[in-house]
Amino acid sequence: MAEAPNIPVGSTTAGSIAVAAESTVVSRMSASPSFDVTDFPVPHGREEEWRFTPLERLRGLHDGTATATGEGVKVDVQAPEGVTVETVGRDDARLGKAGTPVDRVAAQAYSAFGKASVVTVPKETVLTEPIRIAVHGEGGTAYGHQVVELGAFAEAVVVIDHTGDAVLAANVDYLLGDGAKLTVVSVQDWDDKAVHVAQHNALIGRDASFKSVVVTFGGDVVRLHPRVEYAGPGGEAELFGLYFTDSGQHQEHRLLVTHNTPHCKSNVVYKGALQGELAHAVWIGDVLIEAAAEGTDTYEMNRNLVLTDGARVDSVPNLEIETGEIVGAGHASATGRFDDEQLFYLMARGIPEHEARRLVVRGFFAELVQQIGVTDIEERLLAKIEQELEASVA
Amino acid sequence: MATLEIRDLHVTVEADNATKEILKGVDLTVKQGETHAIMGPNGSGKSTLAYSLAGHPKYTITGGTVTLDGEDVLEMSVDERARAGLFLAMQYPVEVPGVSVSNFLRTSATAIRGEAPKLRTWVKEVKEAMERLNMDPSFAERNVNEGFSGGEKKRHEILQLELLKPKVAILDETDSGLDVDALRIVSEGVNRVRESGEVGTLLITHYTRILRYIKPDHVHVFAGGKIVESGGAELADKLENEGYEAYTKGGASE
Repeated sequence: MAEAPNIPVGSTTAGSIAVAAESTVVSRMSASPSFDVTDFPVPHGREEEWRFTPLERLRGLHDGTATATGEGVKVDVQAPEGVTVETVGRDDARLGKAGTPVDRVAAQAYSAFGKASVVTVPKETVLTEPIRIAVHGEGGTAYGHQVVELGAFAEAVVVIDHTGDAVLAANVDYLLGDGAKLTVVSVQDWDDKAVHVAQHNALIGRDASFKSVVVTFGGDVVRLHPRVEYAGPGGEAELFGLYFTDSGQHQEHRLLVTHNTPHCKSNVVYKGALQGELAHAVWIGDVLIEAAAEGTDTYEMNRNLVLTDGARVDSVPNLEIETGEIVGAGHASATGRFDDEQLFYLMARGIPEHEARRLVVRGFFAELVQQIGVTDIEERLLAKIEQELEASVA
Repeated sequence: MATLEIRDLHVTVEADNATKEILKGVDLTVKQGETHAIMGPNGSGKSTLAYSLAGHPKYTITGGTVTLDGEDVLEMSVDERARAGLFLAMQYPVEVPGVSVSNFLRTSATAIRGEAPKLRTWVKEVKEAMERLNMDPSFAERNVNEGFSGGEKKRHEILQLELLKPKVAILDETDSGLDVDALRIVSEGVNRVRESGEVGTLLITHYTRILRYIKPDHVHVFAGGKIVESGGAELADKLENEGYEAYTKGGASE
């Protein structure tokens, strides 16, 4: 997509690079991180971190009125041999180690969950098959906590699938030991009415690499907050995201990478397509390079493809740099539109309109999908994208 | 034999909240195997004719008929026109990010031919067509028109012309912005298609230069939204020497 964005009506792209400024990533949050929900006031919608989110559609997750129902959500973990899968109580020491809730809903989830699921890959264990976690909504309300821990030099792929209908708030912790390699694919393939708000915390050990692939197709409101911190130098994080926002859906991805340790890398690429009236995608890409994080190399990018009138994109990359001793730091955001001229060109070569749209959207996502590196997931995503398109064309 | 018949075609365009008539009664018949050059000053409506025939949504047909072998072209959607055998080589081909040339060509050929070309013969067909147009094989992996130079865009248009084998090819200022070498290569491509005898060619141009490479059977002077004079190749020589002044003075409205 061209660097000079063609921004349709109803789209905003903002960006800033602050050098040695007051830490606005922190200061613009309305409260300090905390595990206790009472430390956060009930948001009213004008706060910086809530201003894009339709609070009235959160079904009470933000104001304490959403009560967990018995069988709200079923979680099923399929793990290859060598992996430990446990259900633990609230007092387990491994919970909350990767990060602290930063907003009211994450703190609500932490304050309200009953049992947590902990999946552990022992040190130096290299898995050849993925760990599959199926989260299926049965129409109820639930608060969840999931931990995935990799010992030193362990390697694993984890696929978390969200399906069905639910109102779910959760925290997901990824703990990577030194030299560990973890790929996590989180697929939000919810039914139309689902509401899903979650904070993902990754704590990356020395020389470890973390790849997160967030794929959001479904739901009424999905608001995810993937965050990365480094426990030692040499860590790498790749955060990929792909969303397809349809008519009436609100899909929000708010990322924060905190470079708190020297010589770490991060690369963020999120791409989304939107179609239909009141489709709303929000992407916030915050990267903070602290004074101690010399030798940091970071890049973040968001691309949006608007397929029809009536959709809205808010894309806000934000980079804060407290040291000049870095390898590189950059960001880009562009929202392009599949326009009438492109459509005319393809149709003038005999290609029917729905086929032309398919061609363009497939092309838009293909490069990103290829970087996932998990073959069956790549194929499934491409098939899912086709499905979304078919539904829209029909 | 394929015949494109344009009768009393009137076309308007919306601009600055006003409706403006651009084509004011165009009559033209292009038969398979013939080459017609349409020449005229800037703003005379030549490109509007090309885009109206292809079905661009910006233009509104307010009168007249266009038929291809008796079929009503104006009733067809843009893609139907292409599948019926009309091809427009565009003056400003648009970028289509994320779609590779190779994918685009195959999708297009599949649509036009009604079935997917067999992969092995198709790869060879494309490779040879690209070689004839002096196009590097790496071209096929680039995104459609993205970052193409002016010459590359025009070669890419002619490559499609060669692969899609239309009944009627409309070339809209294919010569503009080309240096002599590129003009020769592009013209050779057009001539290869013409030599098949199966295509009617409508060559729209401002300059006579391209007519040294592509010899027209008929030359039409376009001014003020219609054809004002028709003749053989000798009419182009006259335009070369005298320019369009005789046609624009007083008479034309633009």
